[in-house]
Amino acid sequence: MRAYFNNIFTALITIFVGMKVTLRHLFTPSVTIQYPDVKLPLPERERNRLYVNMDDCIGCDQCARACPVNCIEIETVKSLPGEDLGKTSNGKKKALWVTKFTIDFAKCCYCQLCVFPCPTECIYMTDVYEFSEYDRNNLIYDFATLTPQERQEKIENFRKFSEEKEKQKAKTDKSE
Amino acid sequence: MIYDFLNDLTGSPFIAGTITALLPLFAFILPFALFAVLLERKVAGHMQDRLGPMRVGYHGILQTVADIIKLIQKEDIIARNNDKLLFNIAPVLTFAGSYAAFAAIPFSSVFLGANIDLGIFYIIAVTGLVVAGILMAGWASNNKYSLLGAMRSAAQIISYEIPTILVVLSIVMLTGTMSLYDLSESQTSYFWNWYLLGGPEFEIQKFLLIPFMLIGFLIIYISTLAEVNRTPFDIPEAESELVSGYHTEYSGMKFAMFFLAEYANMFAVSAIVVALFLGGYQSPFGYLGNLLNINWLIPLEQFFWFTFKGIFFVFVQMWLRWTLPRLRVDQLMAASWKYLIPIAFFNLLIIGIISIL
Ligand code: SF4
Ligand code: SF4
Repeated sequence: MRAYFNNIFTALITIFVGMKVTLRHLFTPSVTIQYPDVKLPLPERERNRLYVNMDDCIGCDQCARACPVNCIEIETVKSLPGEDLGKTSNGKKKALWVTKFTIDFAKCCYCQLCVFPCPTECIYMTDVYEFSEYDRNNLIYDFATLTPQERQEKIENFRKFSEEKEKQKAKTDKSE
Repeated sequence: MIYDFLNDLTGSPFIAGTITALLPLFAFILPFALFAVLLERKVAGHMQDRLGPMRVGYHGILQTVADIIKLIQKEDIIARNNDKLLFNIAPVLTFAGSYAAFAAIPFSSVFLGANIDLGIFYIIAVTGLVVAGILMAGWASNNKYSLLGAMRSAAQIISYEIPTILVVLSIVMLTGTMSLYDLSESQTSYFWNWYLLGGPEFEIQKFLLIPFMLIGFLIIYISTLAEVNRTPFDIPEAESELVSGYHTEYSGMKFAMFFLAEYANMFAVSAIVVALFLGGYQSPFGYLGNLLNINWLIPLEQFFWFTFKGIFFVFVQMWLRWTLPRLRVDQLMAASWKYLIPIAFFNLLIIGIISIL
């Protein structure tokens, strides 16, 4: 009998205690944020989507070789002797046309290993983390600044140039 | 009464009847349901330190309107093996059951669908239709979760109807009337005249009655909470075990009807508790209309007080929902048969003895 009334008593008391707790929470300011409108500040060294500053890239392929999942693809062609590609911001002379520079962010694991070897510090992490896509292929970002025609042109140029060279070499070989 | 007024105005009992019948639906239940669903989500959100819906309108106030528009557009899916006839009838029946209760609920001294002498008896009887609707929905869905939910619901509603009725009986015994209108009228417009505080007669009995009235009030509140399948008694729906119980298979407007019935029911039971114990539509501290000698203000004030009290208890239901975890089936039955019913019974006896003193 005692247990019976005890049960009733504890049931009622605990309900009221619980209700007190929830009532207090009803008036505590919410801990959530209105996400797309308000964003939490990111930590200083966060790793998100990569960006490549092609003005500084010398096409050395170091980043692609450092990548553990091989998601960076770089293709380059040599520039012709007369061409001036300008200099990078830390004074290196560019010698290669970068005809392809893609990063597949569907594969990228955001390990940042590609960032350190870059001699010109032109590949780095940005704070963009909202770049979901409906099609996986849209996650392959192309950073090369040359237009497709230009790329074709550069490749052609170099091919012609080396053919010329070959011919000349063959000529000189014969004449000897 | 509103019916007589409309009858005089239009001269046709049919039009007057139709308008009186539709008025609570469009003037009250639909707006109330829209408001209550939003309130529920807001209360839930804030109790969990969130904000709830925030996107549609200022602080999400139009969220439920958007939801209703979405529900209307939704495809009405009927699975191949459903019992089509019962499947279609069930939501209508459930809603009709909870809507019919509104006929006898006095919103104010002039707004009462039908002043039936057996008001409270009628309400208890007609809300029984809800059980039939739920069972039908569960059976016709041809889905084990739905059926389990429906069976639990039937068991639960039937067991919790007993303590409800016992408490109602004690009030009926004390007052000698079953009409909710007379009950509300007798608890004149000051809060010490409410039955929760012993009723309007100022005698020694009034003070003897107070503790037992409080017990009765708690019991009827708990048991009506169980009757409308709200947490902590929501085992018929029990999202985490039964998907969502008897309305798992429903979509679109039929689902909306169950939803509407649930919220209409929440208000209906709160209204019954209010009418029995908390003075119905009477104001707790007299009327502004009496003070200023404006007669037409009084019914409006009464309407305000009634909805205010009703919505307050709906809010308490929500508050409980986000406080307490769900009961197990055996605990649920134990709570009713071992605790509420014996206590309600003794309470009834004691109130009876006091009232013949
Ligand atoms: S972050 Fe890691 S995975 Fe991504 S491109 Fe750089 S090296 Fe490759
Ligand atoms: S390591 Fe830097 S400079 Fe070299 S290819 Fe990569 S991005 Fe360009």
